[in-house]
Amino acid sequence: MTDRTSDRLQDDRTHDLRAEDLTLGYADTDVVSHLDVQVPPGQVTVIVGANACGKSTLLRGLARLLKPRTGTVLLDGTSVHDQRPTDVARVVGLLPQTPVAPDGITVADLVGRGRYPHQGWFRRWSAEDDAAVAQALEATGTAELADRQITALSGGQRQRVWVAMALAQDTDLLLLDEPTTYLDINHQVELLDLLTDLNREHGKTIAMVLHDLNLAFRYADHIIAMKHGAIVTQGRPADVIDADVVEDVFGLACQVVPDPVSGTPLVVPRSRHHVRALTSEAESPAAV
Amino acid sequence: MSIVETPLRRAVRAQRRAHRARTTTITLVLVAVTFALFVGTMMIGSYVLSPWEVIGSAFRLTDDPSVDFIVLDLRLPTAATALGSGLALGVAGLVFQRLLANPLASPDFVGISGGASLFAVSAILFTGWGAVTTSAMALLGALLASIAIYLLAWRGGITGYRFILVGIGLSQLFTALTGYVIARADLNDAREAMTWLVGSVGSAGPFELRTLLVAVAVLLPVAFVLSRRLGALELGDDAASALGVRVERSRLGLLALSVVLVALATAAAGPLSFVALIAGPIAVRLVGNAASLPAAAFVGAIIVLTADLVAQHALPVALPTGVVTGAVGAPYLIWLLATVNREGRGG
Repeated sequence: MTDRTSDRLQDDRTHDLRAEDLTLGYADTDVVSHLDVQVPPGQVTVIVGANACGKSTLLRGLARLLKPRTGTVLLDGTSVHDQRPTDVARVVGLLPQTPVAPDGITVADLVGRGRYPHQGWFRRWSAEDDAAVAQALEATGTAELADRQITALSGGQRQRVWVAMALAQDTDLLLLDEPTTYLDINHQVELLDLLTDLNREHGKTIAMVLHDLNLAFRYADHIIAMKHGAIVTQGRPADVIDADVVEDVFGLACQVVPDPVSGTPLVVPRSRHHVRALTSEAESPAAV
Repeated sequence: MSIVETPLRRAVRAQRRAHRARTTTITLVLVAVTFALFVGTMMIGSYVLSPWEVIGSAFRLTDDPSVDFIVLDLRLPTAATALGSGLALGVAGLVFQRLLANPLASPDFVGISGGASLFAVSAILFTGWGAVTTSAMALLGALLASIAIYLLAWRGGITGYRFILVGIGLSQLFTALTGYVIARADLNDAREAMTWLVGSVGSAGPFELRTLLVAVAVLLPVAFVLSRRLGALELGDDAASALGVRVERSRLGLLALSVVLVALATAAAGPLSFVALIAGPIAVRLVGNAASLPAAAFVGAIIVLTADLVAQHALPVALPTGVVTGAVGAPYLIWLLATVNREGRGG
């Protein structure tokens, strides 16, 4: 395994996914217009924004699921639409927002479907496929579920199985569209910790859309804040996020304080009710 | 390149192999049952033959004119029609159900068989040009029906529910038009058409039968090869696309293949109701989702062969095959409708 692995570890840092002048849309409306964006290699990128700001659309565009109206999505300098789909799928994986679990499918079978781009007309199932499935099950802690039917799992388990399928695809870039939706808060944290492990231990580049701002700011190395199909700001959360940005992007009056656990920006909304008289104590995060 | 062995890898491989062994065994049992029924259905009749007489004659191993007459001229066409239409409907039904992620999405339910029937009946009643026209018209009707459903349900993509609802609507339209066509026909012709519409494996002409068997021999292997793509497509368009599948092209190919199978089965045996609907889910229950296409083919064949045996011999009066498949299929459909909604899936 030595040669191949060292090749791949070098590869990890060099796969480059970016969009130039990208316009995407459905029917008559442009959802994302003339965007330039890069997914920083080796980092965790999180895209945030209000509903319908185009964040999922951008992610789907980067994953080659939408045809650009203008511009291109470039993987290692070549348009993804000019490459063979399976070639792209060996480098960029995507976990969609609502994948469908077929009837009567076991966890191991579902995870194994992530191997599709590595197989061909004549090259069917190999030892390498078994190894990738085993590794994906192990990394997501779903090994003991391998024989179970998907329909018999809880929401949190199911989501980990889908991540395992995306992992079995064995791509250096992994895109996830709202992977924590429908999960309880404990499972959200568990999943995001898992993704961080994958990033730090396996060198995977991760880009995802998240709804929960505080978790987004905590887990992102690189944050992209979007509004009306354009990027408002991007960079390290601690550097670029403040109350004005959140108010601009979400129309939410708030305070941004350091997260007591991680030190990353924490958004505290100002509501119309339940606001205590402003004191210096309330402004000071140290008192939290 | 060597791969480091871990206990988990061993377990994953062992589990996969055990699963494959089970799938292979069950599928082979289904093949054996199909063969037994295929031979058995040719043994029974006013003159009972032994299995060896049937096999010897059907596979041209022996030369006995009287047995050959009974087997080759009288019974083989019916048995072969049952076999061919069962294989075709089983595969086509499951491809539809898996592609559209809905157990209700079988071609007889969404108007594909209805389109084939309408055109075939019109050909029988009005052209008098014979078998070539019936097959060709059934194919045309099924293709037009599926194109109409595809276009009407298309909105930047295809979703299961819209496809099914549009299909059920069109299916009703075809039923109405078929009724109109029959009402316009001569009384004797109309009765013949009504019999055909129930579906009977005994009524296939030699041309329809040959066309069906050739299509089955060619298209079933193609379907089995494409089943890996089907396995990706049924995870949803986005997931399939992310895995590197050309979604529209693959789906169109699989749908077209199924439509042709259904059309030719319908041309040969009439619209055998419910076979396409129930074969797939039974196969999935037996062997799991991934390897279910071959199993579905043989489950389909077993259903039609058994239904034909029951319809011809087990009842006081010989009935068309479709009556039996309908009588078995309708309760299943009711059960399906009751459970699908309760589990909140089916979209």
